[in-house]
Amino acid sequence: MSKSNFTRRGVLKTSAITGAGLMLPTYLRAENHTGFTNAPTGNTVKFGFNVPQTGPYAEEGLDELRAQELAVEHLNGIGDGGMLNTFSSKTLDGTGILGKKVEFVTGDTQTKSDVARASAQSMIQKDGCVMINGGSSSGVAIAVQGLCQEAGVVFMAGLTHSNDTTGKDKKANGFRHFFNGYMSGAALGPVLEKAYGNERQAYHLTADYTWGWTQQESIAASTEALGWTTVQNVLTPVGAGDFSSYIAPILNSGADTLILNHYGGDMVNSLTQAVQFGLRDKQVNGKNFEIIVPLYSELMAAGAGSNIQGVYGSMNWNWQLSDAGTAAFVKSFGEKYGFPPSNAAHTCYVQTLLYADAVTRAGSFNPCAVAEALEDFEFDGMGNGPTTYRGADHQCFKDVLVMKGADNPTNQYDTLEIVEVTPRAQVEYDPEHPMFAGGNLGECNPGA
Amino acid sequence: MDAFILQILNGLDKGSAYALIALGLTLIFGTLGVVNFAHGALFMIGAFVAVTMQKLFSLSFLTVDDTQKDFLGNPLKVETPYVEAWFGENVGNWLQDWSVPLAILVVIPFMFFLGFVLERGLIKHFYKRPHADQILVTFGLAIVIGELIKAFYGANPIQTPPPSTFIGTVDVGSWLGFEANTIAYPTWRIVYFAFSALIIAGVFAFLQFTTFGMVVRAGMADRETVGMLGIDIDKRFTFMFGLAAAVAGMAGVMYAPILSPHYNIGMDFLVLSFVVVVVGGMGSLPGAVLAGFMLGILQSFASMNEVKALLPGIDQIIIYLVAIIILLTRPRGLMGRKGVMEE
Repeated sequence: MSKSNFTRRGVLKTSAITGAGLMLPTYLRAENHTGFTNAPTGNTVKFGFNVPQTGPYAEEGLDELRAQELAVEHLNGIGDGGMLNTFSSKTLDGTGILGKKVEFVTGDTQTKSDVARASAQSMIQKDGCVMINGGSSSGVAIAVQGLCQEAGVVFMAGLTHSNDTTGKDKKANGFRHFFNGYMSGAALGPVLEKAYGNERQAYHLTADYTWGWTQQESIAASTEALGWTTVQNVLTPVGAGDFSSYIAPILNSGADTLILNHYGGDMVNSLTQAVQFGLRDKQVNGKNFEIIVPLYSELMAAGAGSNIQGVYGSMNWNWQLSDAGTAAFVKSFGEKYGFPPSNAAHTCYVQTLLYADAVTRAGSFNPCAVAEALEDFEFDGMGNGPTTYRGADHQCFKDVLVMKGADNPTNQYDTLEIVEVTPRAQVEYDPEHPMFAGGNLGECNPGA
Repeated sequence: MDAFILQILNGLDKGSAYALIALGLTLIFGTLGVVNFAHGALFMIGAFVAVTMQKLFSLSFLTVDDTQKDFLGNPLKVETPYVEAWFGENVGNWLQDWSVPLAILVVIPFMFFLGFVLERGLIKHFYKRPHADQILVTFGLAIVIGELIKAFYGANPIQTPPPSTFIGTVDVGSWLGFEANTIAYPTWRIVYFAFSALIIAGVFAFLQFTTFGMVVRAGMADRETVGMLGIDIDKRFTFMFGLAAAVAGMAGVMYAPILSPHYNIGMDFLVLSFVVVVVGGMGSLPGAVLAGFMLGILQSFASMNEVKALLPGIDQIIIYLVAIIILLTRPRGLMGRKGVMEE
């Protein structure tokens, strides 16, 4: 007669331990034998392109996706090579990365932080991605950056303009090529002074989330330094649609300038409605009423139509630049898709190449080796002039474009014109600048 | 005082949109007893009829101009609208300029037809199902329509300007004895308000002063008795679904110059319009109109800086706050009747 050693308590303990083991994320188990999360083992490596494919910033997201696909083609030796031909670093030769062909998976962030995190998590755990790239919202970028830090993969941010992304919410595994609110303010200040003088009464309408807050703070600081007065800052809900209730009070507020800290559909609507309310036809304090949109995108400009004419703003990059890198990228993108790329597309394309280059220079996909290769990396030939990825906060420093709505656009693509290429020195700041203080880059996490 | 009047104008303008959508929702609920969550999508389709008219009148053929270059340095392909080539520059320009008002002529029969197809093809199968089923199917339909619109027109808002005659502002202040340009209000928004008032009056007149309307009202009050009199009330109710769709479509067309149409515009209005219907009283047409304007005006006042300084965030919750208060004090809504939506 055999005697069983099973006890109720023992079975429960064993089940709990087995269950916990099975529930462990795959990346935590994979790292045990590779040293870092999702180390590629075969002859391919996988990227995760996490962009808004639905929701308010879907057009930006889809353009990012086009550029990311193009970047992968160029890395794998398909097509004309685009910016690989003009990039100052010559490590990439169109044979993939470290001998591995590049593959990618895509996700839809819906411009919602929780959805974006879930999508990125799936890319890391299920698809085994070593790098996450893309996005078109600072709220989303900060959320995904935090996840990548925890998971031990590199996050190459897409379109995110809040100071916080590389300020108080910066992370060692996160890198931003795109410019930020402070840089917009620093670039726009002198141009606005020249165009509109030193005595302006500015009224701000500001999107009520991290990007809106930090851009408003930056632009207000910059314009107040010129001598302008900030009459009022009104926070508006994202996706408000009809801004008439917020615009009507401006009419008799004494303000002679409206600064729209809005982006995407909100910017199209608020600008259109401000024009409908006759703001641009008004004379206040003996001056023509003016509207400023600090952050522009080509896709927004197309949406706003003729309302954008003469309105100043800033951009990270524009296809009308004449340098060799821009020409190469516009040619590749234009021939493949039939229209010029947006600055959202550009930043994602460049980020993908920069990551690949850093891996190659580091000789490893280990995120900490990649981060080390990116920190203080100086490069050129990517459309923005000489650029540095500052090690202290993982923010790229480069020239910034001041733009204006074209008075006489000849087609749907040249609705914006470049007013000035603001030199990089003018938009640089100390990593401990008050607008960026309070964060801690922390230690790089390889996932081990 | 001027700020006060401006916000009343804003409220009337917002309220017009709420009232028109809520009116259609109430027509459908009052006649067919269906909670139609796809009604916002019908509003959106109306807005995109305006976009489509604009695009149709802008359809162009290409000619190559060797003297100009495109962004890739190739000879520029110049677009010439067909309407300009066919009817001359003046008529072509006029058609493009007036594409939004002209869309009204298209949207009425189109939305009637669409409403008829929706009701006969889908909604009628859910009459005897619980309200939860109706909500699920109509909500699903709204999502499908939204995604179809996105697939065809993209996700970005599309500028749909009014005729150039209506661009600019009207000096409303001068009508009221204020100094010139103290109260200037966009001309098209005033047109929208007047148009809404006309449509609302038209729907009420139709129901009040025609035999058809009288039968429909009788059917809304007691469907079974009207049926026993040998009247095919279902056919009339199907017509009313078409009418409600046409009202939503017209509201959408005329709203397109105010808010650039995008694939989610219907959802933005849908929730608010349901609150309007509930506050007005389920099944009450005058209640829907009254609540639409009342909540529009309240929302505008709540957005004033002075009010928000006292009660931060009030602009986001005012409609729901008022809805709670009204439903606590008048559970059937402002003009709701006993027996409607009550088992």
